[in-house]
Amino acid sequence: MRKTLLESLTHGPLTEPAPAPDEAALAELAKTVDRTARARLGRSLSIRQIDAGSCNGCELEIHALNNAFYDLERLGLRFVASPRHADVLMVTGPVTKNMREALLRTYNATPDPKWVVAVGACAVDGGIFGGSYAVAGGVRDVVPVDLHIRGCPPSPGELLKGLMALLDGANGATLTSKAG
Amino acid sequence: MALLDGITHSETVKAHRPWPRVIVADDGWRQAIDLLADGHCSLLGLWGDAPEVHMALLDETSGDVAVISLSCKAGRYPSVAARHPPAIRLERAICDLFGLKAVDTPDPRPWLDLGFWNVRHPLGNKGPARKPTPYKFLPAEGEGLHQIPVGPVHAGIIEPGHFRFTANGEHVVRLEQRLGWVHKGIESLMNGATLVEAAKLASRASGDSTVAYAYAFAQAAEAAMQVKVPTRAAYLRALMAELERLANHFGDIGAICNDASFSLMYAQCGILRERTLRAADACFGHRLMMDIIVPGGVSRELAPEGAAQVKDLLGEVRHVFPRLIELYDNTASLQDRTVTTGIVTQELARQFGAGGYVGRASRRAFDARRVFAYAPYDRLSFEVPVLDAGDVNARVWIRIREVEQSLSLIEQILNALPKGEIKTATGNNKVCEGLGLAEAFRGDVLVWLKLDNKGCVARCHLRDASWFQWPLLEAAIEGNIVADFPLCNKSFNCSYSGHDL
Repeated sequence: MRKTLLESLTHGPLTEPAPAPDEAALAELAKTVDRTARARLGRSLSIRQIDAGSCNGCELEIHALNNAFYDLERLGLRFVASPRHADVLMVTGPVTKNMREALLRTYNATPDPKWVVAVGACAVDGGIFGGSYAVAGGVRDVVPVDLHIRGCPPSPGELLKGLMALLDGANGATLTSKAG
Repeated sequence: MALLDGITHSETVKAHRPWPRVIVADDGWRQAIDLLADGHCSLLGLWGDAPEVHMALLDETSGDVAVISLSCKAGRYPSVAARHPPAIRLERAICDLFGLKAVDTPDPRPWLDLGFWNVRHPLGNKGPARKPTPYKFLPAEGEGLHQIPVGPVHAGIIEPGHFRFTANGEHVVRLEQRLGWVHKGIESLMNGATLVEAAKLASRASGDSTVAYAYAFAQAAEAAMQVKVPTRAAYLRALMAELERLANHFGDIGAICNDASFSLMYAQCGILRERTLRAADACFGHRLMMDIIVPGGVSRELAPEGAAQVKDLLGEVRHVFPRLIELYDNTASLQDRTVTTGIVTQELARQFGAGGYVGRASRRAFDARRVFAYAPYDRLSFEVPVLDAGDVNARVWIRIREVEQSLSLIEQILNALPKGEIKTATGNNKVCEGLGLAEAFRGDVLVWLKLDNKGCVARCHLRDASWFQWPLLEAAIEGNIVADFPLCNKSFNCSYSGHDL
């Protein structure tokens, strides 16, 4: 163990610089997110992830945000275990009819102000699962969505860009300057 | 055909490949149930195809596979589960989706239909929606017992499922799973889909096994259409399958240790997983390698810089991984959590035909790559590690040994990678059927495919290894403490989406 720890100390961090916020995400947030809510949330956000029907591909890439290369917590973003502790709900998947009520209950259990980030191609409108008897649709068909991060699945880099926009969105001044 | 010698059947379906499918009456169906119950063969799958039910069987000693089909009279068929418990959930799912009832089934409760769909029996004779009724969990009675309900929404970045624990103090007396939350109706979306659309759906049955699903789907389609895949494509497929196995095993080994609060292993394994995904991205332009395996071959060439990155990856893993194994093996506090925790008995692993590390940690040596020796594994040298203990520790060690095997396989593939085409044209205007079986990181994926005369899907069934592993988790946790459940669960790492479909 000592050797592994020592090597980690001498090699320096693997963590890569955070990317610039995604412009499209900034534009979407400018329309959806209330400015006072942004001010109250500040730059430190707690995220509760909910799989509402995904194939688990998005979960794998969301997990990767915690690894040494992306190290999400350095940005003030962290995943929490309860919706009661969350500012942001990160929802993946087409919402299945079986998960619809569970998603609604989780949303209602999250205190205001709160943001919803829909992750993945399916979360937009059901994606390739749209139209099935078992699928209710995209995330916005069940709860209001503030930001979509697209991709099948979005890479950790793309997730990070979207989340950076969310942080910038939390800072009203930056949002105004970027969104023009 | 030895497997079918003991099963009375009438005709053999002509266009079913590569293994035979035969039509049976009640007597043949019951003979098959006897073979299963007496341990002479294993259940590979049981699925509906209204008004028929199909059952896939495996003779473990010879590697023979056969599918038997029974036409249901008045929507009923003799229950397999009545004598062979691994079929219980499959029969419940068939009833929910097709309305076909297993006579004398030990458990008639719904399974995938949780009462939220607007339709009943969506793949059979559709009816008005079922009224949601309270689900009756199995009883556990005794003084001082209490229940702990968990899920469907879990406290982490995990798929949804419900676990109902009955505990006596810290000890689990009974765990009952309730799944189906992420049921997306994939098999109904498959009906009438083109081969391309269907391959995409199959690739998204379980994202962590997207390569394995695409592999098994392509095998089924190619067997049905009698298409031969170019040798180069076969090698590239195996390269992707082994990269996927590596990435998942790294992730699992780290996550199991993390559930025992040993985060150093988690961090180190996370680095190896990320490097593997980056190498995959460099090779095939997608970190999870989605939609690269297609019927007929592969959809894109290996990028020249990708192979170099994979070689770098092999070097790094060979440098770092042995030290991590040593760390795992020499940390007493970690061993204390994993050794003798969550034991799956060899008898249960055999009876359920448990695949992957769950089976192999409990003496069941089955590996689809070895037993069916599909190309290019027939030309590659590898071992199938097997252990006896059946505990969390054994499931970790199977993964460790498989990482070593995958490293060797990847090396062999890169050294022997032949030049040439990567895709054979596919086209079909005949009704035909195929069965595919590929080894995913967690076990064998079965795909059964029936094509119509326009080359579209008439029916497709996907069976994840999790179907035969989830029930064993219920057995493995019994008598363990509640706090060890995350550890046991992670050591199984069953798929929710692959199971719920």
